[in-house]
Amino acid sequence: MRVLAAMSGGVDSAVAAARAVDAGHDVVGVHMALSKSRAEHRNGNRGCCSVEDGYDARRAADKLGIPFYIWDLSDDFEDTVISDFLSEYAAGRTPNPCVRCNEHVKFAALLERGMAMGFDAVCTGHYADLRDIETPDGIRHELHRAANMAKDQSYVLAVMGKQVLGNVLFPLGDVPTKDKVRAECAARGLNVSLKPDSYDICFIADGDTRGFLENKLGANPGPIVDQDGHQVGEHVGAFAYTVGQRRGLGLGVPAADGKPRFVTRVDIPSNTVVVGPPELLDVRRIIGNKTVWLAPDIDPSSWLDVGIQVRAHGREIPGRVKVEGDQMIAELDESLRALAAGQSLVVYLGTRVLGQATVESTEGPSC
Amino acid sequence: MTYADFAATSPLTEVAKQAWLTAQDHIGNASATHTYGRAARSLLEDARETIASVMKVEPAEVIFTSGGTEADNLAVAGIASRGTIITSAIEHPAVRDAAELHAHRYGHQHRVVPVTSDGVIDLDAFRDLLDAQVAGVSIMAANNETGVIQPVDQIADLIQAQAPRAVLHTDAVQAAGWIDIDAEAVSISGHKLGAPVGTGVLIAPRDFPLVALEAGGGQERKVRSGTLNVAGAVALAAALADRVANREALATQLREYRDRIGQCAANLDGYVTGINKDRLPHIAHVVFPGADPEALLLGMDMAQIACSTGSACSAGVHRPSHVLEAMGLADDASSALRFSLGFSTTTNDIDAIESALGRVVSMARGVR
Repeated sequence: MRVLAAMSGGVDSAVAAARAVDAGHDVVGVHMALSKSRAEHRNGNRGCCSVEDGYDARRAADKLGIPFYIWDLSDDFEDTVISDFLSEYAAGRTPNPCVRCNEHVKFAALLERGMAMGFDAVCTGHYADLRDIETPDGIRHELHRAANMAKDQSYVLAVMGKQVLGNVLFPLGDVPTKDKVRAECAARGLNVSLKPDSYDICFIADGDTRGFLENKLGANPGPIVDQDGHQVGEHVGAFAYTVGQRRGLGLGVPAADGKPRFVTRVDIPSNTVVVGPPELLDVRRIIGNKTVWLAPDIDPSSWLDVGIQVRAHGREIPGRVKVEGDQMIAELDESLRALAAGQSLVVYLGTRVLGQATVESTEGPSC
Repeated sequence: MTYADFAATSPLTEVAKQAWLTAQDHIGNASATHTYGRAARSLLEDARETIASVMKVEPAEVIFTSGGTEADNLAVAGIASRGTIITSAIEHPAVRDAAELHAHRYGHQHRVVPVTSDGVIDLDAFRDLLDAQVAGVSIMAANNETGVIQPVDQIADLIQAQAPRAVLHTDAVQAAGWIDIDAEAVSISGHKLGAPVGTGVLIAPRDFPLVALEAGGGQERKVRSGTLNVAGAVALAAALADRVANREALATQLREYRDRIGQCAANLDGYVTGINKDRLPHIAHVVFPGADPEALLLGMDMAQIACSTGSACSAGVHRPSHVLEAMGLADDASSALRFSLGFSTTTNDIDAIESALGRVVSMARGVR
């Protein structure tokens, strides 16, 4: 196959590209420039988009003996990931920008560009396992959790949709640990083997999400109230708060029972943040929208017993789901605490990813 | 494999390579007074005289530099130190950014002349910018992206009429060796001519305003410091003399190749920038409206053809070309390819370019 290897300049994508070369594919490396104003140097563990990261990717491609290009996808990134991030927060929801990047950039804009240029697949360093299952109707592509459960990224990949599963490669799906990837990276003589993992949101260089939102959306102070409507503090803009948040509330009035309080609701129309005891955060039923169903062989129109995950690297909770049109309804066998609208709800059967939806609303156990 | 990026850098010519290797065998710092030093100095001065003779100037007017960028910076800083400097909207950053920097440093103005849609300096606009404040003008002899030759003679006449005290410098990094250049100060780069990278010349009359950019031994006319690169100078002189001696035959051949590429572009619904103007014989700058720039580059590279996109490259990311934007071609400013040819280009190379363009342009137009 002609394979476009997305190379961030990190360890994982370098080893993934190397494995694609070993597998006999005709590989071309591409580093995506996603920021309009790229920093010259990497800053700690954040991001993957500095000029220095592009250099690291280029040197890895040199070692692998593959052509290498830098593509400017900053317009796509800004128009989809960053604008979605801002509009979701502005609407009182908590988006997952990595999910949106996979949905709109890596497995859409990049893949489409690559396919228009004659490539067959995009290869990335994500930790997930793709399985090709022979069926009487042809090959079925299944997305599964990675062998390395600690690094498993199937949660943020489910959004890509079943039509592109046949056009992606995740060569790290079977590696048991990150240390093994680093060791392989070093053994191959790639210069990035000791590079730190990247965490956090790549386009918020200092990690200050609230400051970023305040800067982009403008400060809009308002009250923080308790569940009875009494003001207990002030916020900089309701959009900057997330359901389940405990830190950084700066509450002046202690709770009557002295227990910690959490954000239980963000009300954008009245610009109010509501806080309350943790019990109010318990979730047993979830309504999702923008459903993506990856399993053509499994009909979700009636209740299915599945595992449900609502956070990257979060715990899987048993329950059942049903899909009605664009909507997914999930019922959990046990409560989970604090789920903000805008997050992803991903459905598993064993290790297999069946589908995902974006959380629209939740209900507690009493409902 | 087809190499069609001579305007980026040329392979060494055999003449320059032999001259370079021979000179490299000589020991001695050309500033030393002993026998070795004098011998090295003699080689350097031979090179200076050769260059002076080819460029029809005096040897004392030849300043060796590390390349075109340094030559441009020297001339531009000198002008900006004295008063207002005029440059054009299509200058290479070595002139454009140097003019910004030094005008700011000395507290003088930097005026920028626009160009026409053909990529030629707008002479009416230029006339309007000339006044008694103008210390000098730096306008390139031919553009490095489009190859369009600039009316340096007419610019010189206008300066003479409107601002007789102003001096004229021209960046001839692409034009040197292809056309005769009539400016007081001229920048030349060795590696565009088939000499090694790291060699260059600023031709500047004795009274041209110059300021040192770096402190040091002042080996070249007290304004350019650093141990003299004797072998580089010898190679540059050899490459330049060789080019000028053979230029008619080579130019005729390359013009034919250039126009074949232009015709091929036209057949693919593309166009040649500045097609109605005089252009350097070795640069075919073609625009394919609607074609994705990254796909053009990847496609040509995969087809084993080394050429440039028409756009600037900043840390590996393509940005629309300021030259095409200045020409009012902003919509197409990223969808250009520059094929630049040279002494080793063959008809097979042009066949390969034509064949690749047919496939690659249609592919690149399919990429959104």
